[in-house]
Amino acid sequence: MTDDAPGYATPASADGIGRLFLDPDPDKHRAFFASKTKKITDKRMSLKDAVATFIPDGCSIASGGFSTSRTSVSVMHEILRQHRKNLLLYATTSSYVSDLLAIGKCFDRVDVSYIVGMEARGLSPNARRWLESGEVEVVEWTNHALLVRLRAAAQGVPYGLSRMMLGSDTYVHSAAKIVDCPFTGQKYLALPAATIDVAIIHVHEADIYGNCRIRGMTGVDYDMSRAAKHVVITTERLIHNDEIRAKPDATFIPGYLVDAVIEVPFGAYPCQMAYEYASDEPFFFEQLKIEKDPEAFAAWCEEHIYNVSSHEEFIEHFGGLKRLNELRVLESRL
Amino acid sequence: MGADFNPMEMMICTASRYLQNGDFAAIGTGAPCAAAMLAQKTHAPDLVVMFESGGIAPILPLMPISIADSSTYYKGLLAAGVGETMDTCARGQVDYTFIGGAQIDRYGNLNTTCIGDHGNPKVRFPGSGGANDFGALCWRTMIMTPHVKDRFVEKVDFITTPGYLDGPGAREAAGLPPGTGPYKIITNLAILGFDEETKVMQVESLSPGVTLDQVIENTGFELKIPDQIGTTESPSPEHLAALREQVDPMGLLIGRN
Repeated sequence: MTDDAPGYATPASADGIGRLFLDPDPDKHRAFFASKTKKITDKRMSLKDAVATFIPDGCSIASGGFSTSRTSVSVMHEILRQHRKNLLLYATTSSYVSDLLAIGKCFDRVDVSYIVGMEARGLSPNARRWLESGEVEVVEWTNHALLVRLRAAAQGVPYGLSRMMLGSDTYVHSAAKIVDCPFTGQKYLALPAATIDVAIIHVHEADIYGNCRIRGMTGVDYDMSRAAKHVVITTERLIHNDEIRAKPDATFIPGYLVDAVIEVPFGAYPCQMAYEYASDEPFFFEQLKIEKDPEAFAAWCEEHIYNVSSHEEFIEHFGGLKRLNELRVLESRL
Repeated sequence: MGADFNPMEMMICTASRYLQNGDFAAIGTGAPCAAAMLAQKTHAPDLVVMFESGGIAPILPLMPISIADSSTYYKGLLAAGVGETMDTCARGQVDYTFIGGAQIDRYGNLNTTCIGDHGNPKVRFPGSGGANDFGALCWRTMIMTPHVKDRFVEKVDFITTPGYLDGPGAREAAGLPPGTGPYKIITNLAILGFDEETKVMQVESLSPGVTLDQVIENTGFELKIPDQIGTTESPSPEHLAALREQVDPMGLLIGRN
């Protein structure tokens, strides 16, 4: 160390000071799954009923997809319309999800790796206002850390091991701990299993029993769908169970994990859907611009989210079929 | 600087020269992506590029807006998820990563989380995303950033991604994999590295036409100044042509057109 070192108080082995929101005990998870039905039943329901049934105030939620790809926008809008509060948001690269849920101040706790950012498009003024209000309890993680936590829950063990975050303030403000490896004697990071209440995932195809197919990148959805107590699926289209059974290697999420299936064509709009449609960049540009003015943005949300009864109607506001076709062409031109 | 290229073009071309056939690089969007794409279009067609959301080894057709866009696995070898990409870093197969930050200090510690108190921040930034994972687990961390005093600070408000923490041996003592850490910082003014003994940031070469004083004036801490400082190689005509015509024809990054 040089004499003029900035003098960080590096925590050598102290635990992270962030609150552990989710109980990592695998036996509680097992007890839950023992009672969850494995019956093959028709799981279709309306967006309204799915949110009312599986996403109560105060529960923990995570959204599938990644950033502005394969985001379940229709469910986020319905959560806003039903005025959910006090949610715990489990936020891997949560760009548009956190931006939307911040509109209704729906979450007040967040396990976060990436929030308030819209990647190259810049920061979200709306999400920033909520995160800078002092009303949100923020516990820091990284994308891999949040993945390892889901993986641990999916595996039925209380924690996962890795080596990121060590030495950083990201660690200090997490709820991780440092453990000594019984084999190598080295320090490792223990990441508590994250059994979330609800995973909300938009997929390309699903049958009525909840068996799902996803194309393109899969983000953290494999482990998220297995770590969650409940899984709410929106799908671009329904396919027949025969198709699933003809090609079981194409199934990404088996139906026995799933609680609700809602067919929502273009359900990720204005986000991107692999091999289906591109993101609507002019939409994001406009929204981020309007967000700078809280009053104008509140009116925008009222008009385009709160006073809208379906995802189809929402898309109509922004050009409907004509716009969708343009986005399909953009995606297919790659 | 000569009139033949601008500072952003210089930075992208400089960064791309580090990436060679046989290398594996974890990148995001923006300038690092342009550097990787430029390498693929010119001297390193076999460069393996990886995006954290799951895209591995795409042949980049255009620069993605999001790190999860279809272009991040276009003609790729694998479209998987975060588990696959980050495990690849964790087991030591990824040579380079490129990350950035709102603040960086002399040891290469990076802040992308907040300004001010964490519980009640003046400004909230996105946080780590995958940056801390990459910076902890890839072999060589590259940083591309504008060289201005309020980014090159004495002390970062929050260490989102660890550099050399508070000096030699600190990464290893914290439990990070040995042999990892910040490697080069590419700015509009210079290429900087880290002194082997003290792990303090040092000037290695200056962009053409830039003086050492300019670098010192734009840095908020005391840099190590070695006896010999070179001049950074100018972009080749081949690199400039590929950058302008194939990588960023709209001029989104390089500001042309």
